[in-house]
Parts: sequence; structure tokens; C-alpha cells
Amino acid sequence: MSTAELLDYDEVLTRFDPVLGLEVHVELSTHTKMFCGCPTVFGGEPNTQVCPTCLGLPGSLPVVNEIAVESAIRIGLALNCEIAEWCRFARKNYFYPDMPKNFQTSQYDEPIAFNGWLDVTLDDGEVVRVAIERAHMEEDTGKSLHVGGATGRIHGAEHSLLDYNRAGVPLIEIVTKTIEGTGARAPEVARAYVATLRDLLKALDVSDVRMDQGSLRCDANVSLMPKGATEFGTRTETKNVNSLRSVERAVRHEMTRQAAILVDGGSILQETRHFEEASGTTRAGRRKETSEDYRYFPEPDLVPIAPSREWVEKLRGTLPEMPAERRKRIQAEWSLTDLELRDLINAGAVDLVAATVAAGSSPAEARSWWVSYLSQQANNRGVELSELDITPAQVARVIALVAEGALTNKLAREVVDGVLAGEGEPDEVVDKRGLKVVSDDSALYAAVDEALASQPDVAGKIREGKVAAAGAIVGAVMKATKGQADAKRVRELVLERCGA
Amino acid sequence: MTELTRLDAADIAAKVQAREVSAVEVAQAHLDRIEAVDRTVHAFLHVDTERALQAAKAVDEDVAAGRPPASPLAGVPLALKDVLTMQGAPTTCGSKMLEGWQPPYDATVTQRLLAAGVVILGKTNMDEFAMGSSTENSAYGVTRNPWDLDRIPGGSGGGSSAALAAFEAPLAIGTDTGGSIRQPGSVTGTVGVKPTYGTVSRYGLVAFSSSLDQAGPCARTVLDAALLHEVIAGHDPLDSTSIDAPVPPVVAAAREGATGDLAGVRVGVVTELGGDGYQPGVLSAFNAAVEQLRALGAEIVEVSCPSFLLALPAYYLIAPSEASSNLARFDAMRYGLRVGDDGTRSAEEVMSLTRAAGFGAEVKRRIMLGTYALSAGYYDAYYGSAQKVRTLIMRDFDAAFSKVDVLVSPTTPTTAFRIGERTDDPMAMYRADLCTIPSNLAGNAALSVPCGLSDDDGLPVGLQIMSPALQDHRGYRVAAAYEVARNAAQGGPLITRVPELEVAH
Repeated sequence: MSTAELLDYDEVLTRFDPVLGLEVHVELSTHTKMFCGCPTVFGGEPNTQVCPTCLGLPGSLPVVNEIAVESAIRIGLALNCEIAEWCRFARKNYFYPDMPKNFQTSQYDEPIAFNGWLDVTLDDGEVVRVAIERAHMEEDTGKSLHVGGATGRIHGAEHSLLDYNRAGVPLIEIVTKTIEGTGARAPEVARAYVATLRDLLKALDVSDVRMDQGSLRCDANVSLMPKGATEFGTRTETKNVNSLRSVERAVRHEMTRQAAILVDGGSILQETRHFEEASGTTRAGRRKETSEDYRYFPEPDLVPIAPSREWVEKLRGTLPEMPAERRKRIQAEWSLTDLELRDLINAGAVDLVAATVAAGSSPAEARSWWVSYLSQQANNRGVELSELDITPAQVARVIALVAEGALTNKLAREVVDGVLAGEGEPDEVVDKRGLKVVSDDSALYAAVDEALASQPDVAGKIREGKVAAAGAIVGAVMKATKGQADAKRVRELVLERCGA
Repeated sequence: MTELTRLDAADIAAKVQAREVSAVEVAQAHLDRIEAVDRTVHAFLHVDTERALQAAKAVDEDVAAGRPPASPLAGVPLALKDVLTMQGAPTTCGSKMLEGWQPPYDATVTQRLLAAGVVILGKTNMDEFAMGSSTENSAYGVTRNPWDLDRIPGGSGGGSSAALAAFEAPLAIGTDTGGSIRQPGSVTGTVGVKPTYGTVSRYGLVAFSSSLDQAGPCARTVLDAALLHEVIAGHDPLDSTSIDAPVPPVVAAAREGATGDLAGVRVGVVTELGGDGYQPGVLSAFNAAVEQLRALGAEIVEVSCPSFLLALPAYYLIAPSEASSNLARFDAMRYGLRVGDDGTRSAEEVMSLTRAAGFGAEVKRRIMLGTYALSAGYYDAYYGSAQKVRTLIMRDFDAAFSKVDVLVSPTTPTTAFRIGERTDDPMAMYRADLCTIPSNLAGNAALSVPCGLSDDDGLPVGLQIMSPALQDHRGYRVAAAYEVARNAAQGGPLITRVPELEVAH
């Protein structure tokens, strides 16, 4: 391959149509693994969450986790899939050190859910319907840490460390049908699809959906076909795409990379590629030209799964309000414009605002706090809005204090700062920092008199009826009380003292 | 040889409970016998003297304290095939690949035996990963047939069958994937039972072919086999293919059969399992057994099961296919043998070198066969077709069992062959399982009971009795009736005619 150049994005689109296929792996948040009773908690000491079965010891046997099947069916239903009346697990055979049995127990031609769709709303409100090919159950592998060598890959490593805590964690693989006709918006569609899927899975409460921890992983298949062509081009599969933004960048990068090669007369290698977060590029991984033969066959250690229609319907009844419908409802209830709703969604604030409203605040106040001041704080700290150390209930309390007149907006922000700094509940912060509005008139009279005495010219003007001059005295009083006075009340007192 | 090692399991258990003999004395007698003859027979890969005596002592303490026995086999010694895990002892599966491997958990069968107060003497030799019909494929040397030390004891469970015939143990556990309990039983003049698939847990049974493997009892009498059957069988939530159904009443059936009445029982002789290719002495012993059953009141009919002729080729696609996947885990990464890990080689190279060094020729042959049969483009023609044959065989069984209660055939086409006779001819070796394989493919119950000595070579012949799934008791009833009649007609149990072994001093 001669060139690593990228073709200009607009140029790509004048010549080619992109075709996408997205595979998303979701780690289920079941307490135990897919085929044994080991815990699934993330981050344990290596090899402490293992047993004969998930280590694949000779003689061990798998037993299906019923909760995982239930989750798979609920995901299938939420994705508008058909649920198989009878399906089986299959063995996918290949050798790799982090796979204890050297086969993965998965599903092959008989997935539990198939033929569905998911509506995806883009940033400008356009809705794209993504067809779902299948959702199937499988087990995760262990993790390899390759030590030494340049690339952190198994080839060239001095030695490798293996952690089997993750081996056997239940996974659902959700595969789209090919996504065509999205043109320039292909990268955005890819991101929006994964984002929508993530919200859906979160609403279903079946997974942590933490891309940074690998509980939601996306493989992006991208190919280009020349405008007017009817046959798909050769695809690449980009793995290791660990954030929503990366999904978009990876697809875009692959489009421009592939286009450069095609325009140059070259051809695309069917291969897996790895996304490099730092550079936003992809690099070649395993060649897939000679497609690996996994020698699938039905798993003889397990019996078929035949979910009764009654069970499926019962599970359908447990589906929560879907995120898209919920947003429509919220938009109506809170009287939001499309733009306001999108801001709310993009800020990741929908759930937080809803919870704040549930704690007694008005939608407008709640939205204002989360979208402006708190979003700013999250930005400053480089964390997600939901990761801020303040709860919707605490925000609601601050809003209530303002409404009671106990805090000014400026003081309220200080109280929030205190909560974020770990100083306790809003009321405690008010006490500790002494942020109560000064509402004792006798204290204010003294401050007003002092200000009038120190600025006799101004006092004279006010007494002459030039009421506008009162601003300077109010400012001096506010300064003297460190902003804790109610400016409106101060003004009334100034005018009263001057007999104006 | 002390008399204690000649006793049946049921007698031993009764004497222990009656305090006529202690379980420790019984265990010690068998350990002494092993010490004396196993250098010649080589039935055991591992003998656990200390724990056997401890287990026996616990039984004696129960008896002394007047506690009821843990099971009808409390205090009876047993030889465990080395394919089932037992904590504190190595499990090798007859392979270099697992030399010295100490499993951290007990197989369900092992657990049940221990809970029943059965005294496990040790682990028995076998063809590597249960692949073979002669125990010659063990990486730890051949086991010899006590009837003729130059002959094979059957396989893969030749260690278990030889231990019984050499009076090293009154009970043994085998596993039967294509006949590995029944064929060794047949050629050593002992009883071997493959229970209905799914009735004995496979948890802790190192898999050869998951959809075919089934552990079962080996003994010198039908009643002993039945008693052991009831100890090891039963639903196990750790094995998803375990059937949640009551254990068939095999002990009651064995006792009922021993009354010697088979009136009203319909016995089908399978046309396809006999004739050309069968040793004449085997056929004459088999025919005599059928006549004996008729004399006991059974109605004898001939039944054709044409698809049984396809069983052997189908088996040699399905079993190796599953084996190629089951044995993939032996890769030097986590346990067992590791070859070539000198710091210069990749994990892949170490895997490859280890598998090349650790597996024997027959295991490699079957891994290659199975890998090929599952390959893209060949799957439908091989694995897929074999599964269809499997369905046809089930249908033949269903049709046959709609007409008869049990089916009978010789257990294996010949008596024990000479050590080395078939090692260079895999097809000849595979033919040893011709009659036993159909019941593995269909999953139904089948057993082998001694039916006399072949008149051409004086070696034991086995009668196979096949029953429908979960109707294991039918076979026991017929076998027990036949056993009583044959003993009466031939002047005592066949096993008493096994030659005396030279005893080491």
C-alpha cells in the first residue's frame, strides 16, 4: 500500500456512498456470569472471580444464567425484534490465551432475537430508522496484558498476563443490518445509533453501558461503493472504539482513508482495524482476507432455550418507557422547543432535570440550573454532568431557598459551590459559610446611615428627589454587607431615610 | 487372595453392617490385592491407600455408633476411572497432557460416592481421553486382561474392568461414549451399564464427546451394578443435560429379575447386529443366551434396525467433532503440560508444541477428523449428515421398542483380542464398538452381562441388553434373570473361572 493519505471529506461524498454495519457488545449487569455463579463486578484483583467453569477446567460444565436470558429478551423486545421460539447456543472455535476453553459459547444461526429496528434522532431532529439484524447471547473472554514489545500487542511482547475475571461475563451482541443512504451523515448516524442504543439499554437497566470500562463496545464496519454502484465495497471492521465521539471519528476516518486508496486505484483489504484515540486514526489489525473458520456447531453441553410466549409477553410488560417516547412526553410537559430539548439532551441533563422536578422544582428553574451553571462546573472539572457531586434533591433545595427569599441567585451559586466542594447539604453550607440574606432591618439601617453619612453629596441629591442617585448608596451597602442583603429592601430603606 | 476380595459388593456391605468384618479390613484386603497383582495387570494409575482407609474407618465408626448406613454400599471399595475428577488425587485421563494435574473440585459422581460411604481405592487406567477400545492408547502403559494377560481388557475403561476381573475391587465406575463401559465388561466377563444419557451427571467427567458421554456402574453381578447405579444417578443442576426425573428403579428390577421369571417380556434380536464379521464363538454364546431367555418365558422376536449399519460412520464424525472442540482447552496456558516455554517462543508456539508432545496418535487422529468434519464447506456433508443418521437411529429404536420391551445383541463382535493386534489398524479397532454405538447415539440405556465363554477361544462373551430411555430397569430385570439362569446352568458365576493370577511377593 503506497499511501496513507486521506481524501477530503466532501470529495469522498461526491465519489462514494458509505455503507455501515455496527456491532455493539453489551456486558450485562447481572450479578453472576453467563454460565456459572461467579460475580461480575468490574475491577477486582485479577483472577479472584473465577471457578472451574469460567476457567474452563477439564470436566466443568456451563449452566445458563436465566436473568441473562431475560435481559436478552427484553433488549430484543425494546429493539422491536422477533423473539425466537426455540434457539440454541453454539461453539465458536478459535485459539486465544484469554479464552479458557478455546471456544466461545455464543449463538450462531439461531439467535434469541432477530429482525428489529431502532429509530435514531440526529442533532437536527431528522430520524433515521436503523434495521437490526439480530441480538444474541454470548460470554465475554478474559483480558490479556501484553508486557514488553513496542505495541502492547501479543506479537513482540516479552510476556503476557492473563486475568480471567471477565471470562464468562454475559454479553449481548447487537448487530445492525447494513446501513445505506446516509451519505455525509454516516459518521453522525453511527454515533447517534450507539448513543440511542446506550440510552435504551440504560432505561432497560440491563447494563452499566460504560464505554470507558468496556461494558458497551462498538465495532464499526465501514465500506464505500462508488456512486451508482450496486455492489458493496470491501469492508473494514474497526474495533476498540471506546466513546461516542470516537465512533463518529472512526467512521469518518475510515471513509476518508478508504476513499484515498480507492481513488488511487488501490483496493481495500478486508481486515480488522484498531482505532487510535490520540490521533483519531485507525491502524491495521488482524487480516481477514482468509476468513477465519470458526467451525461453529451447536453447544452439546447446553439444552435449547425455548422461551414460552407467556414469558415473552410478561417481559414485554416490564419494558420501561422508551427514551424517545419519554423525551416527547417531557417536551410536552415542560413546554420545550425542539432546540431547548436538544440542548437538554446534548448536555446529558434530561434525567437530572426530571429528578430535580420530581423533588419539587419548576421545570424552568431546574433546567436553567443544570444546563447553565452546573454544566459549566462539569466542563471546568472535565466530568460528565451526572458525575458532579450534587444530587437533584440538593439542587431542588437550593432552588427552594431562592424562592423563599433566603438566598439570592448569587448566594445560591455559592451554596452550590459549597455542595460541590463536599461541604455538606445546602442548608449546612448556608450555615457554615454564613450566606443567609441579611433581612434584619435594624442591621441594614445602620449600614444605610453609614453609607449616607460617608457620601453627603449623594444623600443631598436623593433628598432633593433625584431618586436615581440612590443606586450608589445601595451599592455601598451591598458592598458593606458582602452581598448578603436584599438589594430591593436596601433601596427602600435608603429612600425612606432620605424622605424621598 | 483373601476371601474378602471374592465377595460381591452387596455381601460386603451386609457383612460390614452386621459387624462380621470391618470396612477397614475390606479396604485393606483390596489394597493388598492391588499390591500383589497390579504390577501384572496395571489396572490402576493411582492408588490412594491413606484416604481409602480413612473412608473405611469413617464407615466403621458409623456402624459402631449405630448410625444407619449412608447407602446400601457403605464400606464397599471402588475403582474410579481416571476421567472423573476427585480432589486430592491426580486426574490424568490417561494422557501426558494432564500428568500430575490435581483438580480443585469433585465430580458429582465422586461426591455421590463419597457421600454414600463408598471407599474409593484409586483411579483406573484408560485409553487417552477415553478414545479407544483396548486401553492401549493410555500414555501410562497397557492394562492386561486377567483372563489372558496377553490380551486387552477392552477400552476405554480397561482399567476399571480389569480391576473387577482381577478382584482388585468389587465395584468400578466407567464412562461410555461409544461402548467404553460395555465392551470392557464383555471381554472381562463382568457387568457394565451405560445408563440413559442425562441420568448420571457429567459434571467433573472430562469431556470426550459431550452429547454421548455417560458415566455408569461396573460390577461383577447385576445386583451390584444396580446398587451402584442408584448411588450415582439422579438430577444434577450443575449439568444442564441432566434429566430432572426419578432414577429408574433398577435395584428393584434386579431383585425381581433374580426370581427367574421373564413371562410376558418381549425380547427383540437385532438382525443387523450379527452375522458376517462376528466371531463364531461369540455368536454361538449369544444364541445360547437368547435360548436361555426363551426358556425363562420371554417372547423372542427378530427386529430389523437398518440404520444401525450407519451408526459407526456417524459416530466417527460426531464424536471427533465434539472432541476437537472439547480438547481445545489443553493449551498449556492454565494447567497441565507445557512444552517449549523457554522465553523465546510465543504463546501460539508453546500451545502448538505442547499439543504435539502431549497428545497421543489416536487423540490427534480424532482431533484432525473432527476439525475437518466441522470445517466450512464440509459441515453439512459430514457433521450435518451424521446428525441426520442419529435421528434415523432414534427412529429405528422407537419403532423397535413399540414392538418389544428390550433389544439384545452381542456386546462386541469378538472376544478380547491380543495386545498389539489392532494398534496399526484403526478401522479394526473401531469395529469393536459396532454394537454398542447405536445406544450412545440415541441416548437410551444399554448394558452388558456375561454370557459364557466363547467355544473357539475360551474367552468371555457379553450379552448386550438395550432398553428405552429412562427404562433402564427393564434391562436390569432381564439381565438379572439371565444371570441366575446362566449361573445355574453353567455351575456358578462366570467370573469364578478367571485364571488365578501370579501374586507378587
